[in-house]
Amino acid sequence: MKKNKEQPSVDEVLAQHGVSRRGFLKFCASIASLMALSPDAVPQIASALSNARRPSVLWLPFQECTGCTESFLRSHTPTVEGLIFNSISLDYQHTIMAAAGDQAEEARREAIRSQAGEYLVLVDGSIPLGNAGFSTIGGQSNVDMLRETAADAAAVIAIGTCAAFGGIPKANPNPTGAVAVSDIITDKPIINISGCPPIPVVITAVIAYYLTFGRLPDVDENSRPLAFYGNSIHDRCYRRPFFERRQFAQSFDDEGAKAGWCLFELGCKGPVTYNACATVKWNEGTSYPIEAGHPCLGCSEPDFWDAGGFYQGLFPWEFYTARPRPGGPGQGPR
Amino acid sequence: MAEQRTERLVVDPITRIEGHLRIEAELNGTTIENAYSSGTSVRGIEIILQGRDPRDAWAFAQRICGVCTLVHGIASVRAVEDAIRTGWQNGAELAGSRGPGREGGGPPQGAGQRRPEAMGPPPGRGPGNRGPNNRGPQNRGPENREQRAGPLSSSADIANADQRIPVNAELIRNLMIGTQFIHDHVVHFYHLHALDWVDVVSALEADPQATATLAQSISPYPRASVGHFRDMQARIRTFVESGQLGIFGHAYWGHSGYNLPAEANLMAVAHYLDALQWQREVVKIHTIFGGKNPHPNFLVGGVPSPISLNSDSGINSLRLSQVSNILDQMEEFVEQVYVPDIIAIASFYKDWANRGEGLGNFLTFGDLSNDGSGNPASFLFPRGAILNRDLSTIHEVDLEDSEQVQEFVARSWYDYGSGDSAGLHPWQGETELNYTGPQPPYEQLNVDSAYSWLKSPRWRGNAMEVGPLARVLMLYASNDAYTRELVDSSLSQLNLPIDALYSTLGRTLARALETQILMRGMRNWYDQLLTNIKADNTDTFNELYFDPANWPVDGRGVGFMEAPRGALAHWLSIGNGVIDNYQCVVPSTWNAGPRDANNQPGAYEAALAGHALADPSQPLEILRTIHSFDPCLACAVHLLDEDGSERLQIKVR
Repeated sequence: MKKNKEQPSVDEVLAQHGVSRRGFLKFCASIASLMALSPDAVPQIASALSNARRPSVLWLPFQECTGCTESFLRSHTPTVEGLIFNSISLDYQHTIMAAAGDQAEEARREAIRSQAGEYLVLVDGSIPLGNAGFSTIGGQSNVDMLRETAADAAAVIAIGTCAAFGGIPKANPNPTGAVAVSDIITDKPIINISGCPPIPVVITAVIAYYLTFGRLPDVDENSRPLAFYGNSIHDRCYRRPFFERRQFAQSFDDEGAKAGWCLFELGCKGPVTYNACATVKWNEGTSYPIEAGHPCLGCSEPDFWDAGGFYQGLFPWEFYTARPRPGGPGQGPR
Repeated sequence: MAEQRTERLVVDPITRIEGHLRIEAELNGTTIENAYSSGTSVRGIEIILQGRDPRDAWAFAQRICGVCTLVHGIASVRAVEDAIRTGWQNGAELAGSRGPGREGGGPPQGAGQRRPEAMGPPPGRGPGNRGPNNRGPQNRGPENREQRAGPLSSSADIANADQRIPVNAELIRNLMIGTQFIHDHVVHFYHLHALDWVDVVSALEADPQATATLAQSISPYPRASVGHFRDMQARIRTFVESGQLGIFGHAYWGHSGYNLPAEANLMAVAHYLDALQWQREVVKIHTIFGGKNPHPNFLVGGVPSPISLNSDSGINSLRLSQVSNILDQMEEFVEQVYVPDIIAIASFYKDWANRGEGLGNFLTFGDLSNDGSGNPASFLFPRGAILNRDLSTIHEVDLEDSEQVQEFVARSWYDYGSGDSAGLHPWQGETELNYTGPQPPYEQLNVDSAYSWLKSPRWRGNAMEVGPLARVLMLYASNDAYTRELVDSSLSQLNLPIDALYSTLGRTLARALETQILMRGMRNWYDQLLTNIKADNTDTFNELYFDPANWPVDGRGVGFMEAPRGALAHWLSIGNGVIDNYQCVVPSTWNAGPRDANNQPGAYEAALAGHALADPSQPLEILRTIHSFDPCLACAVHLLDEDGSERLQIKVR
């Protein structure tokens, strides 16, 4: 990433804020840890963040519910305020940007013009192809805005299951002809951060990875970063031992549920869902759906809305067999 | 541009809201004569809901909105529970009472369902997975399934059973709803609305010493030292001087409408950042009870989290103390930062206390039973309608009366089979998507015909405003003592009359006062939850509702609530165990909807009429009034369908 001599770097900014070099390196270490990188990467992260002009980031909202933006706002490491004031220049983000109307669109177009080839595009929401009038911003259809904005992007990050896989708008019968970002953009590096919404720190950690290493992380067959989607929730679930012992809650609030037994027979989709809920957990590690007593909905998987009732068991446990995961480097059974 | 007569002013996107909103305004000189509000994005979630398992509906409906992230989940489980309960009360035929060989006897497989594969055996009762060897000898058998209340097969059995949603589940739902309100209102003010009143760049001119004096004079909030504000100002300076303004770029800084002294601007920017930190703490109540935020989990019949003091996997003493700590954090910020800031900032914008009201009609559905009973008599927010600012009369509201709540599509991109001038009650609702707007890219909508993906809901034909102002007025008109105290004291601090509430400023003030009212409710519900647990009442789930055998073969229900942005209800009908029809009438549809068949404007449109713009190229005044409603457009745009048949006809121009 290029150093812009006229603009202070992240560590200079932090120093002015009274953040010591030691504190800065601790921040870098927390990113490295979150990304499951080796400690050797800490100096590299520190170096990248120290030298970077804040890269321009444009966030395009299409057929969305703003849950992905809300999740982004919940990130505690890196904090969302640290990210948007110190590490990136978030030049277009409908939910929190001050500018509106023509001035908002000018902000987007100015970034496209002045940062061509350098800026990052984030997308939440699916794109309707059934009719251009199904979703517009400033009178422009979503598909046109995506094409126009992605054309000169360095990379595209699809945030949430709608942008990554079509999500709920695409659920049967897909009334608006909704598609994923990767159905429209085929000539740019794209990474999918799926989930409904994705885990807060997973969104920011992937952005931090890109800022640090100048490229997108390694991904699975669904273009999701392996660091967070490499293992099934089932394989990392703290209730897994109960599954192995066939101790299943039979109803909500029964003695098994109260004892923390496995929710498999209440419809848990953990065995077929790849996400970091059981390891990173939600909202600063507070909990995750299974820990709070509800079966996993499978929200980070393509077409999970049409994959069977949320309370319908996947299959009798006798049929649960360990299979190597296609394409994954030695991940657990699927 | 300000010099010349502007025919049509367009603001699209309206930012710092949820969803996709476009405002077009016809100007006479620099004054708005007519405003038009358009929702510009549609997904069709109600159509997607048809044919699904009613127990799954909350998850779909919840994805209507990720900002007020729990409200559609709550309204959905309530609607399903109401449909089931109503069926019991009416002695309806139950699915489980049908003999073998017929449809039913479990989640039935109705004809024409979209997803019959989803309608398998109820969890845990399927063949093959409950063999005698399922549990090894090492298992401590937690319970014998046969000892539990199983499915009841007849109306008589049901009539004798406990049909209540457990009080703990209601209290936990209340705590989650209250968390949503308080989080939403604070985030709305600081991150969505404040920049309409606070000039970030002006904060650079503030004297940190004077800022600290100001902050300490209005609140005991501890983050108010000279050093803190000096540090904050240095951060802003570094940011501004970087030349990369990011989310603060291209704004209306320096606009003549910004009235705050530099010190107040600096204080507000500091609180903007504090609120960002605060908001990610307080949502943890959702994570504790619902597993995550955004989009926590819910359950038909109760809540998913058991109360289990002797387990690591339920609501135990650690979880309860976490909730208690968060309530302290909530209360500190509301009382020491949010409310004092609102009063302080409002004192510089009293010219906004007499514009931006609009309709003068207010509607609430009511919510939050103070005793966890679900009984409307104990609602924290009462139900009712106020017409023409007449606080002496609260009209009764009946959500099941087909003459009261109706939706119109005369100016919306939908067709009604019975003619587009008709108004339909949601249980009779129908919809065909029919986009007749200009083909994108376009400059201007044709506002003489259809111009929005929102419908126009009306109550007895009246356009109504919903939201915090409606609720505070309803409480005030009901002589609620605490509300009267809060309203009277804040208005007297501002030296404003009661009529000042009918305004852009009043709406923003009402939101803050309502947050204090909710804070009291939160303490009350938490205390009751503890009292119940102490008395060994730990039930959180009533399985009767969850078992499809107990559902009426045909039923319909309505689930309502007060959401942060106003009155919300879902109407649904269930047939043979699946959703036939699912319809939502939501707060921002009331507020942001277009004109109706009688050309009556919606609340936004009425509120904007008459606004004088200092500079039409920087329509700050439009943002102020629109943001005072806290728009949520993804909620507002929805589709209805009468039955499970393929009514959808997408007409591509």
